[in-house]
Amino acid sequence: MRTMKSIIFAAAAVAVSFGFAEVAKANEGIELPQQIWAQSGPFGRIDKTQARRGFQVFKEICANCHSLGLVSYRNLRGIGFTEDQVKEIAASAQVQDGPNDQGEMFMRPAIQSDRFVKPFENDKKARVANNGSLPPDLSVIVKARHGGEDYIAALLTGYADAPAGFSVPDGKYYNKYFPGNTVGMPQMLFDDSVTYADGTKATALQEAKDVAVFLSYVAEPTQDERKALGVKVILFLVVFSGLMYACKRQLWAGLH
Amino acid sequence: MALYPSKFKNPLINWIDSRLPIVTLMHHEYIEFQMPRNINYLWAFGAIGMLLLMLMIGTGIMLAMQYTPNTGLAFASVEHIMRDVNFGWLLRYMHANAGAFFFLAIYVHIFRGLYYGSYQKPREMIWILGVLLYLLMMATGFLGYVLPWGQMSFWAATVITNLFSAFPVVGDPIVTWLWGGFSVDNPTLNRFFALHYLLPFVLLGVVILHVAALHITGSNNPLGIDIKGPQDSVPFHPYVTIKDIFAFCVYLILFSVFLFFMPNYMGHPDNYIPANPLVTPAHIVPEWYFLPWYAILRAIPDKLGGTLAMFAAVLVLFVLPWLDTSKVKSMVFKPLTRFCFWLFVADCIILGFCGANNPEGIWVIASRLGTLYYFGYFLVLLPLLGKIEQPKPLPASISESILKGGGSVHAHGATAQPMEKA
Amino acid sequence: MSTIAHPSGAGTAPGDGGGDASRRNFLYLATTAVGAAGVGALAWPFIDSMNPAADTLALASIEVDIASVKPGEQIVVTWQGKPVFIRHRTPDEIKAAESVKPEEMKDPQPDSARVQKPEWLILIGICTHLGCVPNFDGQNSSHLGQFNGWFCPCHGSQYDTSGRIRKGPAPKNLGVPKYAFLKDTVVKIG
Repeated sequence: MRTMKSIIFAAAAVAVSFGFAEVAKANEGIELPQQIWAQSGPFGRIDKTQARRGFQVFKEICANCHSLGLVSYRNLRGIGFTEDQVKEIAASAQVQDGPNDQGEMFMRPAIQSDRFVKPFENDKKARVANNGSLPPDLSVIVKARHGGEDYIAALLTGYADAPAGFSVPDGKYYNKYFPGNTVGMPQMLFDDSVTYADGTKATALQEAKDVAVFLSYVAEPTQDERKALGVKVILFLVVFSGLMYACKRQLWAGLH
Repeated sequence: MALYPSKFKNPLINWIDSRLPIVTLMHHEYIEFQMPRNINYLWAFGAIGMLLLMLMIGTGIMLAMQYTPNTGLAFASVEHIMRDVNFGWLLRYMHANAGAFFFLAIYVHIFRGLYYGSYQKPREMIWILGVLLYLLMMATGFLGYVLPWGQMSFWAATVITNLFSAFPVVGDPIVTWLWGGFSVDNPTLNRFFALHYLLPFVLLGVVILHVAALHITGSNNPLGIDIKGPQDSVPFHPYVTIKDIFAFCVYLILFSVFLFFMPNYMGHPDNYIPANPLVTPAHIVPEWYFLPWYAILRAIPDKLGGTLAMFAAVLVLFVLPWLDTSKVKSMVFKPLTRFCFWLFVADCIILGFCGANNPEGIWVIASRLGTLYYFGYFLVLLPLLGKIEQPKPLPASISESILKGGGSVHAHGATAQPMEKA
Repeated sequence: MSTIAHPSGAGTAPGDGGGDASRRNFLYLATTAVGAAGVGALAWPFIDSMNPAADTLALASIEVDIASVKPGEQIVVTWQGKPVFIRHRTPDEIKAAESVKPEEMKDPQPDSARVQKPEWLILIGICTHLGCVPNFDGQNSSHLGQFNGWFCPCHGSQYDTSGRIRKGPAPKNLGVPKYAFLKDTVVKIG
């Protein structure tokens, strides 16, 4: 009975603490449409084909304004691009290097170990080019927003006419899911904004979901590794706990 | 000069022990040390806290080798750990989640102490050192939370340091001194890193004092009565060590679920946005383990009053051994006090929810009533109930209590181990 | 003090209440082994985190344009944080390097095994004694040694025009990094 009580007490303590965390979260954000993601859950893994499609969307559309400053071209290997493909992707961007022997900075094609080249030299230039709004860096955007991938997909497909009486300032756009509903980014994804090589039908929602998967991957390239290790560690701990419990029973049996 | 008469037979151990009797000391305190045989699994949470502290120091040292305490580089250096350092993601998530699980274990440990009267005479010093440990934990946790230099880091640093500005006259100079400037900036981050590295070792030192004081009086137990003879106790090793390790393993399973499958659950998404001194996040809350204190802070509609109430809520714990006037430790024998205790537990939980919600409507009233009961429990109920409530009769001894209701009278003894095995 | 205190004064071993001794001992042994394996496995991430990170490894090769290095000149480039000497050897230096007999060398190695093209000598510029960077000691410079190659300022090791150790405390020849000529004038190191 004592043991039972202790366990109930401890379980209640755990539940309460995580309840706090839950309430702290639940207070924010708007109800988002829930998508199905291959990478969700302990056994979910990134769908690499989808992530590569998402990279195409990112490269052709998002990358015109958004940086991916924490990610290197070599990270693309993790979603199934070959070394040669990655080299080719990297070489299509120009990166500043130097100074050379003459003391001058110069431009060269990017290599695998370079970080993704940013579309604007600095934040001020990015603002000037975007009506005063700063397109955020997308490296960890999935982890930096409530709702993660669901939010990304919802935001990208959440454009609509503003309801009567809601005035949208010039240079801003109405979006159902952006906090405050006026966003500096216009709708960028439409049906057939990109053409997928694998024949997947490029609806706006499909494009949004694909790029969300890509952004989920770059937000934490080690996530699949983490979950795989987690399963092993927990199995080990369950076995070891069982053995420890048997030892404990054996030992204390002599007392009671 | 005589050497210490070590009893160990192994020549090397004997040579060391004769000159520095640390083996004898450890043997005495961690092998032979007598524990009440009726302790339950709640007594494992001190050891769990200790092991988590070791895990956090270990991961922390590895992380410090990769982290850069500079406002321009800190965020990227944490992401470098997450992306490029071998197992960096594991070390960083272990460190971050172990923080929360350390607090969780210590909260169970504290409430266990409150319920079974572990703070009462003669264990006042253990309790006082424990409250000091809790303060050090809070300081260390807060300092560490600032280091990733995300939005929540920056604004937590700003808000918490600004608490000191509530004090008249000296407040503002203190805040400027804490910052090393006129806002939270690079000097602040740099010193927070230095202190975050230092405090865990201070913590470890106080843990040693906490345990040393415990080994003077011995452990309390669910009955709150003293060990009266060998039939009431078991040696620390192997009985309690095995039980503690088993409990720690089970706790680690829960920890692993969070660590591997939901590592950011207890974090806040805004902390993945680099610190921006020009924009405060829309909804700013402390980590869950600080929420009840945060609720008390906001319950008082006055800057200085709120700050003082919050500090008082922690400081009142220091004098708890003298507020509880009861001569009986365990609430098992004090139904009325026990009822008030569970109300107090519920009160702390309610305060936690108050802290998590915006201070509007019902939450304002709830946090005020909650604060009132918090102080009422310590300052009114415990002093009064100790005098008024007539406790139920205590069992004559621990062994009598265990064996009552029949069964064999003779308890088997502990091991007859040669010392070298230690 | 050869035994520890018995809670009941009875001298029985722990767990005597149930199970036979061998099964019990096996259980303790198995648990200890599994626990030790777990602690060992936990140690690895800590240790491995101090190995080079992925971004460091990704920078493991560099490309160098050597078009402007004239015969008798050398450049020093940094590869993996170490100096790499790229020397455009003169015909005299090549001849000197090729004519040394194995018995004259401490670490015998023909010159042909140390270069891909005789005119280009590429070396890791770290003395194999204790890690200092040797200075080039050709005929026209301060000329401290006898072999017209490199002279280490720390303990006086002398290397010849193929970077081989000839005199002094260093045990081995200067290392040759892995490299490849991408073009006649571009070499990839690493």
